[in-house]
Amino acid sequence: MLWQVLEGLSRDSAKRLRFVPGVVYADEGAACGQSPEDRAETVAEAKLVLQSVGFPWHIVALEEVFSLPPSVLRCSAREPVGTEGAYKAAVDSFLQQQHALGEGQQSLPCPPRPPIRAGPPTAGQTEALSTLFSSVETLTAKEELLQTLRTHLILHVARTHGYSKVMMGDSCTRLAIKLMTSLALGRGAFLAWDTGFSDERHGDVVVVRPMREHTLKEVAFYNRLFAVPSVFTPAVDTKAPEKASIHRLMEAFILRLQAQFPSTVSTVYRTSEKLVKAPRDGCAAGTPGPRCLLCMCVLDVDTADSATAFGAQTSSQLPQTQPPVAQAEAPVSCCCTRMGGARHCCRTEEDPRARVIEQLCYGCRVNMKDLPSLDPLPPYILAEAQLRSQRAEAEQIQEYLLEDREDEDARPGES
Amino acid sequence: MVTSWRPSHLKLRRSRPLPPRQEPAMPAPQCASCRKARAALRRPRSGQALCGTCFCAAFEAEVLHTVVAGRLLPPGAVVAVGASGGKDSTVLAHVLRELAPRLAISLHLVAVDEGIGGYRDAALAAVRRQAARWELPLTVVAYAELFGGWTMDAVARSTAGSGRSRSCCTFCGVLRRRALEEGARRVGATHVVTGHNADDMAETVLMNFLRGDAGRLARGGGLGSPGEGGALPRCRPLQLASQKEVVLYAHFRRLDYFSEECVYAPEAFRGHARELLKLLEAARPSAVLDLVHSAERLALAPAARPPPPGACSRCGALASRALCQACALLDGLNRGRPRLAIGKGRRGLDEEGSPREPQPSGPPASEPIPGF
Repeated sequence: MLWQVLEGLSRDSAKRLRFVPGVVYADEGAACGQSPEDRAETVAEAKLVLQSVGFPWHIVALEEVFSLPPSVLRCSAREPVGTEGAYKAAVDSFLQQQHALGEGQQSLPCPPRPPIRAGPPTAGQTEALSTLFSSVETLTAKEELLQTLRTHLILHVARTHGYSKVMMGDSCTRLAIKLMTSLALGRGAFLAWDTGFSDERHGDVVVVRPMREHTLKEVAFYNRLFAVPSVFTPAVDTKAPEKASIHRLMEAFILRLQAQFPSTVSTVYRTSEKLVKAPRDGCAAGTPGPRCLLCMCVLDVDTADSATAFGAQTSSQLPQTQPPVAQAEAPVSCCCTRMGGARHCCRTEEDPRARVIEQLCYGCRVNMKDLPSLDPLPPYILAEAQLRSQRAEAEQIQEYLLEDREDEDARPGES
Repeated sequence: MVTSWRPSHLKLRRSRPLPPRQEPAMPAPQCASCRKARAALRRPRSGQALCGTCFCAAFEAEVLHTVVAGRLLPPGAVVAVGASGGKDSTVLAHVLRELAPRLAISLHLVAVDEGIGGYRDAALAAVRRQAARWELPLTVVAYAELFGGWTMDAVARSTAGSGRSRSCCTFCGVLRRRALEEGARRVGATHVVTGHNADDMAETVLMNFLRGDAGRLARGGGLGSPGEGGALPRCRPLQLASQKEVVLYAHFRRLDYFSEECVYAPEAFRGHARELLKLLEAARPSAVLDLVHSAERLALAPAARPPPPGACSRCGALASRALCQACALLDGLNRGRPRLAIGKGRRGLDEEGSPREPQPSGPPASEPIPGF
């Protein structure tokens, strides 16, 4: 993708791209359990590639999630989109700027920032990250967590450096696999955001996937023919057995099916194009509800017409033999049965875990089940969860204060 | 080149009770709900230990809740149960029979004879035994009688040798749906129920995605269809029960059912989806539930949704086009061009042909008439 952008921005191309790019490389070695020497080597290789491209580049280590602010999880408003005239004016001013800089320059003017390379992550942070990842019980949850953290990190980098869009290099094959995996993880409501061309969940920063029409094979051929340098780094699921995680399973399955029915990947991709970013008709529509803490999609845990809410309910109604299951499911069931007084009864549980879980969408909740304790999570997540539940409680109290102004004994959360 | 797919799950012979388990070294836990009897099983989804009676009671309570909460079968309904002799429809009939007094419904068994030699006759014998034991009226409708002499064996012969797979499962699914409706009308039923379980729904979603069937994806996911046009309302009360629990229930109630697989099943595309589902369940036990959750919430573009159905010009049944799928398929058969109506207008190409497999336990398909 980087090479394509490079080409698109060069003077010779027929249709020049008109944006100011930067490159982000996220170093995930700690999560994968790489040794510091291997990591340093991989980072050095990546640096070589990035330098040869010539755009401003940023290398961030995944450990930096521990120093992210909670504002990452908030959906900021987008800058107001101008009208047609404003767009043309913006392009004009951009071209003028380019011109003013002179002809012979490679680097792009605004915002002019030197390549920023944060200092190497501290040992404490690395240790915290490996504790977090080793506390996750299944590989599936590990991969999901990694993706979430990586997204947040990249978002943060984009926001601080003033980028309005993030381009991801997902190819057609990868997106088809991602689609089926999300389906199996319970994220059917958000498929359009997860695999569509543009993803505006995060408000001011838009994630786009320009490579979504190229299959992996095409990408491989392109890289070979044009001698595009690439860096190989082991991932969380390298050398894992095929049945270890849902992601691996789905990948193997789809590639196997593709060998037998060559249209599988393109069929799945075409189906993904037909998905829209809206709640299904008949669901509780209206004003968009609260958003998930981790993936920032509108919460999809309905009460009334959900088969799965019922499934969770019945299994928690009978006395539980396994406390961890009860922990995760009891809040779901009580939130499901009593919408109004839900927060009240969860509050009296005094359980920080329940507070966090109730702010997650269905898919994230299922993932959290594989995390026995929420403490190793980076502080920004826990802080934001705390903030949101406090805000929700304050809102509830506010309601009552308005109604029963004269009544001194008004207590919040009466059902 | 047909790649035959073999199911990997264990096949039981005729419902002989399972051999007695060895006593474990440590005593089995107490039943979690009545706390009196020794627990005899662990529920697959929640891991709870329950004794046989409590499990059956819980299972029946859940089906009751599904029916009541979804208002699927109002009091006074005459319900036609699609009975194939397999485990799903046997359990369904048994549970509904237990709940019938509470729900104030009356039951009729409708069995469909597709004319598959060596398979359907044995299954029908099981259905007859059940009807006799439970004293429920039984009606058998045969393809040969309804569809001008075409049995599934004849269809299979006619479609053999054309392309990658025979796709006789497509015919069977559509025609069986029509036959079930016809049988229900004959007994004067107001509702049709089939024994699809949660695993079936999950497989259907996977299969529809893999085949790019946006129309069916848009339609599926609910608890059945209310019945548009002249079609009877259909529902699937066992939709939230996992397959393992259905088998366990049949075991504890000592139900007699027929568990062989249809002879044409290995060629069906659903086999791939089934295999995938088994793998997913091994990696994450809640995968079935997650898939059902996803299926309920799929949001498809309005353009991808099927057009509102009208009536078939030949038989008057529900149809999205001029001819309903059953008439279109039969037309193709009669003209000697069996693949005429299969697969979005393409004929004989390799990637089309959506075989819909008769479930090994064979509950008649309750998917709505496809609008290709």
